[in-house]
Amino acid sequence: MSLLRDVSPRLWSIRSSEQVALAKRAAQITTELQQGVKKPYKNVIDVSWGDPHRGGLKPLTFVRQVVATCLYPSLLNSEALPVDVQQRAKSLLGQCDGGSVGSYTTTRGIPKIVQSVSEFISQRDGGVQSSPENIFITSGSQRSLMMVLKLFVQSEGFTQTGVLTPVPSYPYFNMALSALGGTMVPYHLCEEQGWKLKVEELRRALHVARGHCNPMALYVINPGNPTGHVQSRKSIEDVIRFAAEEKLFLLADEVYQDSVHDPSCEFVSYKKVLFEMGPPYSNSVELASLNSISKGYFGESGFRGGYVEFVNLDPTVVGYVYTWFSLDTCSAVLGQITLDIMAHPPEAGDPSYPTFSEEIRSIKDTLASNVHRVQDVLGDLPGISCQPIKGGMFAFPQLHLPPCVVQQAKEAGMKPDVLYSSLLLEETGLSVGAGCEHGQREGTHHIRLCIATPEDNMEDVLNRLSTFHLRFMSRLS
Amino acid sequence: MSENGVTARRSKVLTIDTMNATVKKVEYAVRGPIVQRAVQIEKELKEGAKKPFTEVIKANIGDAHAMGQQPITFFRQVLALCSYPELLKDGNFPEDAKHRARRILQGCGGESIGAYSGSQGIECIRQDVARYIERRDGGVPCDPDNVFLSTGASDGIVTMLKLLVAGEGRSRTGIMISIPQYPLYSAALAELGAVQVNYYLDEEKCWGLDISELQRSLEAARQHCNPRALCIINPGNPTGQVQSRQCIEDVIRFAAKEDLFLMADEVYQDNVYADGCQFHSFKKVLFEMGPEYSNTVELASFHSTSKCYMGECGFRGGYMEVINLDPEVKEQLSKLVSVRLCPPVPGQALMGLVVNPPQPGEPSYTTFMKERTGVLSTLAEKAKLTEQILNTVPGIACNPVQGAMYSFPRITLPERAVKEAKEKGQAPDMLYCMKLLEETGICLVPGSGFGQRDGTYHFRMTILPPVDKLQILLSKLKEFHQRFTQQYS
Repeated sequence: MSLLRDVSPRLWSIRSSEQVALAKRAAQITTELQQGVKKPYKNVIDVSWGDPHRGGLKPLTFVRQVVATCLYPSLLNSEALPVDVQQRAKSLLGQCDGGSVGSYTTTRGIPKIVQSVSEFISQRDGGVQSSPENIFITSGSQRSLMMVLKLFVQSEGFTQTGVLTPVPSYPYFNMALSALGGTMVPYHLCEEQGWKLKVEELRRALHVARGHCNPMALYVINPGNPTGHVQSRKSIEDVIRFAAEEKLFLLADEVYQDSVHDPSCEFVSYKKVLFEMGPPYSNSVELASLNSISKGYFGESGFRGGYVEFVNLDPTVVGYVYTWFSLDTCSAVLGQITLDIMAHPPEAGDPSYPTFSEEIRSIKDTLASNVHRVQDVLGDLPGISCQPIKGGMFAFPQLHLPPCVVQQAKEAGMKPDVLYSSLLLEETGLSVGAGCEHGQREGTHHIRLCIATPEDNMEDVLNRLSTFHLRFMSRLS
Repeated sequence: MSENGVTARRSKVLTIDTMNATVKKVEYAVRGPIVQRAVQIEKELKEGAKKPFTEVIKANIGDAHAMGQQPITFFRQVLALCSYPELLKDGNFPEDAKHRARRILQGCGGESIGAYSGSQGIECIRQDVARYIERRDGGVPCDPDNVFLSTGASDGIVTMLKLLVAGEGRSRTGIMISIPQYPLYSAALAELGAVQVNYYLDEEKCWGLDISELQRSLEAARQHCNPRALCIINPGNPTGQVQSRQCIEDVIRFAAKEDLFLMADEVYQDNVYADGCQFHSFKKVLFEMGPEYSNTVELASFHSTSKCYMGECGFRGGYMEVINLDPEVKEQLSKLVSVRLCPPVPGQALMGLVVNPPQPGEPSYTTFMKERTGVLSTLAEKAKLTEQILNTVPGIACNPVQGAMYSFPRITLPERAVKEAKEKGQAPDMLYCMKLLEETGICLVPGSGFGQRDGTYHFRMTILPPVDKLQILLSKLKEFHQRFTQQYS
């Protein structure tokens, strides 16, 4: 009888992911195909992850050249690498203890890189000041979220910390909150209006929550995951005003800030808007903004790199926050190096600039094209609809499933969108995310597809999906 | 006063009162106030401040590369090839490096080390880890499914502690940890609100572990908590002792008898220097004790890329192997690790190379062995040098540094110094270390950060600086100690 049987009840409460079961089945099918089992398709296409490289997009050459040179400094003498790669690597190595990326760095991150990040933020925000003292480089935004949540999440009774969380949301945030013993206070995004965030809905959610927990924070994702909505400046102001009135700590997850596809939309950071609103907001609303190297054009999810910038932290907690972040010793150094390039990319005139900017442009074009194709194809299919994908890395179409499917799913003990996703996987080899993982209004069903994939792969994805969907819908009639 | 309908905020959401109480209790001496002061002094020196020294020697953290140790060429070549696969066409890279790089890339999504991996870690690397463990342990089987790659060993350790800590009041989980210990443990226990149950290593017996001390500690703990696990660091940090096989057997027997989960931190497993000492893995000993133990005792063993001969701290690579875990609990473990997504893939790749290094006959073998042997023999030399020199100082007594990367000598402090420290609200060895830093630029960590018997004082110093610097460091330390003792007598 295991000692660990009495595992903390809080851990049992982390919802088991049905996505894991789907992922396992996808891996199994891949093995079966490798063993020669006959299926109506040659391979599994996996667009369930928010992972550009897994989706087939290539890393940026400059990033990988710099990383390789930092790893193996003999390359500093290589004639095959551009001069600016070598210069950057030399400069970065000079900032590592012992000249090695194998050394620990200081808690916050390599000081010059933290400085670069603060300059990047300031430039992005049209000159709003950013100080390295308020920035921590971490091993990715998930790590940032877990570290920040831990600062204020308590798990007992009336004092159980509530965090206002969008529905739909990024499931790993919900899991992290659960694992810490906090509770989700769901606020629904308005699907009919392009997944708009409405303050009345925030108000409703908060009012309900105050009866049974202690709501302390408001989590927003902009651009949205999985929704793809991009908040307008006014919307951000309204949220900030709400957070101020209701005394909530703002957690702004902005990892998709480089992924805006609709030219009529613009990413503007919570920090910028906050500062432009002036006092009393700008000097009192507490904010933690997150960014990452995992998304955007870089897609270096496996390197684990990101940062959190704190705004208006109470001076009495600053020291504790520092000690708390120092427990990780430091974040992965290659992630820090990649972040440096993100904050300070090649500039016009640099030898690597043409290739770098061409690769960025190509990814941008691919994403824009994919957005069009997804919207066109889904727009033509009966029984499926998709809100405009303004930004982010996903399509999150709604499945209009007839009652008999819902019933069938119930009898199988499965959520309807999981049933749909499972059948889709078995019949076409296409692996997507089930909407229930992200949260959705009762009685609605969705799937999530990552659109960060080469155009021909996107076509294949859409072919498989439409073929399956038409067949599925006709079977039912 | 209202403006735009908003009442001016009188207080923040996150304050010292609303903050998570357990986070407030966290301390981490390795990165604590003395290190912060050292960083400040470095800044001051850069700005031209005049001091009795020209550089800060950071002998506080187990970071080999920072002290000039060179990375292993083969590992860096493979990682460079994985990062920038164009280099696979470059004739300057050996074939065995390319072969390993290709294999790693095939295990990655989109054949990129920039893709997320599964949360347990890349499968082919876990298989390599399993094979390494089997080879190391003389054939004792290892199931790759029991291997979890992690972000440094710390990630694995904290994860297991999260699984273990439960209960309230008298049934709150207690975790047994050696005194002295690596302060990650005390910090994690503070953060998780677990009860820290101290068992003292015996300084008189070269920091040996005494079962009767374990027994004493356990019985005392049972009065006020529910002790469920026993953590042991072997080779030891900060103490450097390498436990004998007999001792390991005794600990296993104790854990079995008392129903304790064993956590074996073995990150220094290649760092064994003293004659007559040998690393024995807990797993190997467990299995050699026969099914009565090997089928029942629950064990988690931890390893890392940060120490040994690699010293690759910045990669945050590591793994843990879990033995005899209840299947349902293992499922919870899988769920828990998935919350953190995945460990850094370059660190996973590196771990894969550490467990699958060049073999005899392969092109990189000779260089690899030369570098590996070089690093370990230099460390052995420095371990001996440190022990010898420190023991020539009256008032400093250093146990043999049998393994790991540190010396943890005992320092005798004059009564007046102890009194002054107490008046300042400072630990006496912190006072000592702060003065040492200000007067010589040498940064060490006071023993109070690791735990020690009441009334005793220590510091932890790494053996990592290059030999010539180490000699200077040790002689400056000797001078300082004599000066300090005189000053306060």
